[in-house]
Amino acid sequence: MSVELTGAEITIRCLQEEGVECIFGYPGGAVLFIYDELFKQDKVRHILVRHEQAAVHAADGYSRSSNKIGVALVTSGPGVTNAVTGIATAYMDSIPLVIISGQVPTNAIGLDAFQEVDTVGITRPCVKHNFLVSDINELAVTMKKAFYIASTGRPGPVLVDIPKDVTQQKAVFDYPDKLSMRSYNPVVKGNAKQIKKAADLILSAKRPVVYTGGGVILSDAAKLLTELTKMLNYPCTNTLMGLGGFPATDKQFIGMLGMHGTYEANMAMQYCDVLIAVGARFDDRVIGNPKHFSNENRKIIHIDIDPSSISKRVKVDIPIVGNVPDVLKELIRLLKNVEGGPDQNALREWWNQIDLWRARDCLKYDRASSIIKPQMVVEKLYEVTKGDAFITSDVGQHQMWAAQFYKFDKPRRWINSGGLGTMGFGMPAAMGVQLANPKAKVACVTGEASIQMCIQELSTCKQYKLPLKIVNLNNRYMGMVRQWQEFFHGNRYSESYMDALPDFIKLAESYGHVGMKIEQPEDIESALKEAFKLKDRLVFLDFITDQTENVFPMVPGGKGLSEMILV
Amino acid sequence: MENEAGALSRVAGLFSARGYNIESLSVAPTEDPTLSRMTLVTTGSDEVIEQVTKQLNKLIEVVKVIDLIDGNHIERELMLVKIKAVGADRDEIKRLVDIFRGSIIDVTDRSYTIELTGTSSKLDAFLDNIESSAVLETVRTGASGIGRGDWVLRV
Ligand SMILES: Cc1ncc(C[n+]2csc(CCOP(=O)(O)OP(=O)(O)O)c2C)c(N)n1
Repeated sequence: MSVELTGAEITIRCLQEEGVECIFGYPGGAVLFIYDELFKQDKVRHILVRHEQAAVHAADGYSRSSNKIGVALVTSGPGVTNAVTGIATAYMDSIPLVIISGQVPTNAIGLDAFQEVDTVGITRPCVKHNFLVSDINELAVTMKKAFYIASTGRPGPVLVDIPKDVTQQKAVFDYPDKLSMRSYNPVVKGNAKQIKKAADLILSAKRPVVYTGGGVILSDAAKLLTELTKMLNYPCTNTLMGLGGFPATDKQFIGMLGMHGTYEANMAMQYCDVLIAVGARFDDRVIGNPKHFSNENRKIIHIDIDPSSISKRVKVDIPIVGNVPDVLKELIRLLKNVEGGPDQNALREWWNQIDLWRARDCLKYDRASSIIKPQMVVEKLYEVTKGDAFITSDVGQHQMWAAQFYKFDKPRRWINSGGLGTMGFGMPAAMGVQLANPKAKVACVTGEASIQMCIQELSTCKQYKLPLKIVNLNNRYMGMVRQWQEFFHGNRYSESYMDALPDFIKLAESYGHVGMKIEQPEDIESALKEAFKLKDRLVFLDFITDQTENVFPMVPGGKGLSEMILV
Repeated sequence: MENEAGALSRVAGLFSARGYNIESLSVAPTEDPTLSRMTLVTTGSDEVIEQVTKQLNKLIEVVKVIDLIDGNHIERELMLVKIKAVGADRDEIKRLVDIFRGSIIDVTDRSYTIELTGTSSKLDAFLDNIESSAVLETVRTGASGIGRGDWVLRV
């Protein structure tokens, strides 16, 4: 005779069956039975955040840094609405999450009950899928579907909304091993003929570029991508989401591309004759205005798991829908078996051209400045951590400098909100990273505006002793806003000055953390070294940086990739 | 698509979120009660239609998407229309209904209620022949479509 379990027990049992070790959440009326079950077991660890947005960002950082599915648990009504920013952030960057939300009892739904919102309706446009579980007998299979959908195909967040009465009702617990859904069959293998065509085109290239995005990271294809690129000796550029997909210290790496990409990467994109796009989506921040990026001048191969990403903004010549690692494996196999390779003379000429662009030294800045240059802080952070840290960031100039100056050699080390651009992401995401990688060095590169959007999480970090290093590039401005105002709005700095800042040192100390204020360039390195020596303490490093510094190069909105503003 | 609560709103939400227009939409369960069949009429460039198709396919509850325009197909819409019919107009309207192979399904001494089936443009054409002030009320279902011949949409 199978025993019956309550919905709350089933929920937790499902998490256990999925091997979930750590979830992030915040309790409330609708999820009290679930919290009660959490209390009674010790397989699933619960991390109590201070705001539901942070719960989802933390689950997100946990997932991005580990390739496990991140899980968050929130209550109905305001719990869910607070979580929406986190869910949308994960959705835009295709991060596999399962969000469990409480809902008012089924008989109260639709009656404007206390803490009722239409959770499925509110989250619909920013989840891969969502469910309202109105029958206890559907709970286990729905949870199974949620984990399956979140992590397969193009990943994304899936929300399961569970009414309170369902968590009390009983059913036999039977967790399915396997699922088959007639309406959901993500493609895996790429079309063999297309891959063959791609191989031929790749070999015919005279001015090739390999352009890779977050898809390479998410599908764990960095090794294969590197193998392919090395074997061809082709230049490689990564998007903001793709950093770490190819080793940044390799000489074939030509830097990040896009709005704040390197001169050499953007020029190479513009002037290549064959573009190999892998797990990337030609978004507006990456290729600028698609009108200036027509494929008359170049042939494009596009490998992606999501058919709707193909030919969305730019028409491509050889689309290959499939799981990136599988397609790359097949490509490598084909290319290994052909006689002769690409035209080496043409390739040499192309590399000469790229080296000329490189010599432009587009990331140069005043290293002799007596005021701290933010770029230098990131460079020193790279040196002090020997390139081996996990770096999260918020959104703004600091994010771009972190992306430009920290050389990511490995995937899943660079964690930022690329798609939604969510200020407030950095610290909670870093908490998730630290929990997934307890021994690793984790730094959050942030700005004084962004950090204040989830500053309450200093408390969570205290409770769980998360030894993050907060690298605050404090320029007293919403720097990126100020930069746009300087360039495009006649220096009218409307509401972008960050007045009335707290004393971050005292603030950190009030939570029991260590605070450091750094005002001289010569102190950057020693401060960072000291901070990382404090292995079990969170250190808030407040770097007082140059207020006037701008991020270069910059492709202004609506312009083509080669129309960069340079230093 | 799966005959599940919320599936329809996902489709409608997709269209409004991505700025695609819906000219008409009709949906009902099929011979398999777990499945619904939806016919949706939209317009757009080839690129837009390609995106619409791909985005629809991405919805978890959508089982299969076909563009009926790609093949030979039949399309029908049902219209119920109430028309002012007094005096000499009564005969005139009745003749028009016959020409369009519609039927008068309800009668009062001042109006006819007419049922008419056909392609959307046939229904438009019928209405074009009636003076607009005489049209009291129209109810249209939006088009339903099916492929011609032995070809069957199977899931
Ligand atoms: C939640 C949210 N609100 C507003 C913005 C718009 N925004 C983008 S960058 C930025 C300024 C960020 O300032 P700061 O964190 O100090 O970083 P800095 O650019 O100075 O490095 C703003 C307001 C955003 N990205 N996210």
